[in-house]
Amino acid sequence: MLQIQDLSVAYGHRPIIRNLSAGPLLPGRVVSLLGPNGRGKSTLLKAMAGLLKVARGQVLLDGQDLTKLSFERRAQRVVYLPQSLPAAVHLRVFESVMVAARASDLDPHAQDASPQRILEVLGRLGIEHLAMHYLDQLSGGQKQLVGLAQALIRTPRLLLLDEPLSALDLNYQCHVMDLLAQETREHGLTTLIVLHDLNIALQRSDEALLIREGALVGHGRPDQVVTAESLAAVYQVDARVETCSRGLSHVLIDGLCAPAS
Amino acid sequence: MDATLTTSAPVLMDYRRMLRRRWLLVGLLSVVILVSILADFMLGPSGLGWADLSHALFHPDLADPTTRVIVWDIRLPYALMAVAVGLALGLAGGEMQTILNNPLASPFTLGISSAAAFGASLAIVLGLSLPGVPQSWTIAANAFVFALISALLLDAVARWGSMSTSGLVLFGIALVFSFNAAVSLVQFVASAEALQGLVFWTMGSLARSSWPKVGILLLVFAVLLPLSLRDTWKLTALRLGEDRAASFGIDVPRLRLTALVRISVLAALAVSFVGTIGFVGLIAPHIARRLFGEDHRFYLPGSALVGGTILSLASIASKNIVPGIIVPVGIVTSLVGVPFFLAVVLRRQMK
Repeated sequence: MLQIQDLSVAYGHRPIIRNLSAGPLLPGRVVSLLGPNGRGKSTLLKAMAGLLKVARGQVLLDGQDLTKLSFERRAQRVVYLPQSLPAAVHLRVFESVMVAARASDLDPHAQDASPQRILEVLGRLGIEHLAMHYLDQLSGGQKQLVGLAQALIRTPRLLLLDEPLSALDLNYQCHVMDLLAQETREHGLTTLIVLHDLNIALQRSDEALLIREGALVGHGRPDQVVTAESLAAVYQVDARVETCSRGLSHVLIDGLCAPAS
Repeated sequence: MDATLTTSAPVLMDYRRMLRRRWLLVGLLSVVILVSILADFMLGPSGLGWADLSHALFHPDLADPTTRVIVWDIRLPYALMAVAVGLALGLAGGEMQTILNNPLASPFTLGISSAAAFGASLAIVLGLSLPGVPQSWTIAANAFVFALISALLLDAVARWGSMSTSGLVLFGIALVFSFNAAVSLVQFVASAEALQGLVFWTMGSLARSSWPKVGILLLVFAVLLPLSLRDTWKLTALRLGEDRAASFGIDVPRLRLTALVRISVLAALAVSFVGTIGFVGLIAPHIARRLFGEDHRFYLPGSALVGGTILSLASIASKNIVPGIIVPVGIVTSLVGVPFFLAVVLRRQMK
């Protein structure tokens, strides 16, 4: 169970996250993190992963405050997948996943990083045929899948993914979301995903968090959070949320909101 | 189950074959270095035949005293120094390109060697040194202090300025110019006697090799290599991107700092013993990446071995280009290194 309490994060003197509280987020559920760009989504994930200093507040995972843990200890339980793709280096896909498992001194998974397990993770993502390819020969989407393999091999309790679908085609977007849902349920993970595509958030996440100006403005079932009113308030767009003939919710954007006169 | 077995078996075989190939390459490079050391004896002015050489090497007591002196006191330290400096610069350059995420980084191109030379020149000409350092170590200690300062400056600029590859190289070049100007200033005020010693630094020459120097450099290398190897997984992870490495639980600033200290020690010792020998630390990592990939378990020792090979071969060339004259080896490596440097820059431009 994840609980964020009164969290504040700043870059220098510029506050990005202000007194944000959220939760409890239950294990086994995929939670999408929504909001306009440059408004604190990535900052929130980085702060939870320990990449940024927390000015104030707590991040409780199963009752333990993550902000109090050492860098290495935190990385044992939390995996953060940055928005950037793995750099195009002269390293084979197989090796790059092995590195992810073995990088930290304290890694309990180091022993588990057997070649078989690496291939099994690559297989689940449908990229085992790329195992012996070099990273600098892959497409953007393939690199993103390698990044996901690097995250999954670390068997986290809390999975923080920053736009993991940005470079994927439609087929792989669905595939990856299904896979993440399955991993989350089977292993009881808490999974927090920054998503750009509101339809994917609506249809494929169990809960949604909506963030604006570093503060939480909505938390609940995706169809309760993603509404015409909230989209107008947060994104300043004129939107409808409609149910299609198959019973799925869809966001339709008609244009910008008329400026208030 | 069957599906995973049938697809995984060939991949695992490929992987094992790849590891075997890399070990083979490590062995091959070691052999090349040994052959090159022997060739260093046998070629060039007063080259020795195999019979004389093996006799002097393995039965020094029975050998002709002149041959013994030539082999043991002149040519062997010289040849081993070439290898030792090459190993040190290759390792330093390999680590530096990783932690600064910059293919143009090396102690020479980014000013660490120049800074070390400046520190050394202060000790030689002005007798300036840190308090408490024994007399025989002042040059090396000074070289180290200035090498470390410039390395930390580079790190600070790379990090806080979030500087691009080319920006960092420009800053490094500014360091090179600054420290070279400072060395010139010291030369300007130096006595004629001290000046002669100084010119030696700026050219980079193996001519002052001796057993104690070879021993110290090899010893330091033998201590630092395992420390580097302990960090190989972390360094490889750093190649995937800084955020990513941090998310794997790596304390990136600490990793950078320890690597920079190692690099400074290696570069400073190399400079204080043989002067600034350029481009070995730049070229070796590129060749090592081609040969071994970027798994640092192989890339770092590979880069060191390639560095040792390059400098050993350059040392042979330096004795044989102009008959009867030993050209300072730094001039040879620069002649070979500049075209290589340009090739790297142009290749990046075209990408």
